[in-house]
Amino acid sequence: MDGQHQKPKNKYSIIVPTYNERLNIGLIVYLIFKHLGDVDFEIIVVDDGSPDGTQDVVKQLQQVYGEDRILLRARPRKLGLGTAYIHGMKHASGNFVVIMDADLSHHPKYLPSFIRKQLETGADIVTGTRYVKGGGVHGWNLMRKLTSRGANVLAQTLLWPGVSDLTGSFRLYRKSVLEDIISCCVSKGYVFQMEMIVRASRKGYHIEEVPITFVDRVFGSSKLGGSEIVEYLKGLAYLLVTT
Amino acid sequence: MKHIVKILTLVMAITALWVGLLQTSMIPRSHTWLLPIYFVVSLGCYGLLMVGVGLMNFPTCPQEALLLQKDIGEAKEYLKQKGVDISPS
Repeated sequence: MDGQHQKPKNKYSIIVPTYNERLNIGLIVYLIFKHLGDVDFEIIVVDDGSPDGTQDVVKQLQQVYGEDRILLRARPRKLGLGTAYIHGMKHASGNFVVIMDADLSHHPKYLPSFIRKQLETGADIVTGTRYVKGGGVHGWNLMRKLTSRGANVLAQTLLWPGVSDLTGSFRLYRKSVLEDIISCCVSKGYVFQMEMIVRASRKGYHIEEVPITFVDRVFGSSKLGGSEIVEYLKGLAYLLVTT
Repeated sequence: MKHIVKILTLVMAITALWVGLLQTSMIPRSHTWLLPIYFVVSLGCYGLLMVGVGLMNFPTCPQEALLLQKDIGEAKEYLKQKGVDISPS
């Protein structure tokens, strides 16, 4: 950003839900600070009682970066992704909320492009997409790619959502918009991300996309199982009749 | 309007068109009877084609994995300097 333009007084609250991300949370916090130097932001870590000491690492990071920049808002046990966002949002002081995964599949270097896109277009939601030029995925085998493409074509044909990547979860929301849509979303996992963006689209919110790359979990194991496909189809049917 | 209603309306409109064609016999009936099959088959072909094209043009980013490794190294170095212990407990 150059100095000629008056910088708007926006504050970004970055909500990162964690469970056993001791290593990754340290790395991601460093990378966020590296790439968002001149932006007013805070990181809200919602940890679901990780037994690996994720919270200890966050406390150490607070010593380095300041307790006002990194907020630890822990919960006693695993309580689901949707409620993690709601929990984090309650403590968010920014007018924009960024949601990202802690496992480094979402790289903080894309945060400036989310923010820039929002400032340029005045969008309510900026969502990261892996399926356009400049975006991409690494570490998926053929089966995973096939499933992903099939799921995408099915959703595009049936739901006409107006966005190219429905299940991505790297997004920037205007806080009021997130508060509005999250309250009516009931799905879990992948479908939750899809439900959020479809409902937002149906409500007529302005949604923009930026390309992101997705490097599958470097540390730790990926969480995709066989039953996910069934859940996805159920979710699709649910969205067909409720939105 | 719920989305399913939109889709059903579309399906009904197409059906009405088809019935209309059957009634007026603008084209030979034997052809008209086959139209729904053509429709379903072409829909299936469209789906397969889209998946195939998507699969062929699936954007990948192997260089990103390398860049990420570099960033991770850098981050670890910095955190070590600051005395933050992120090693597995």
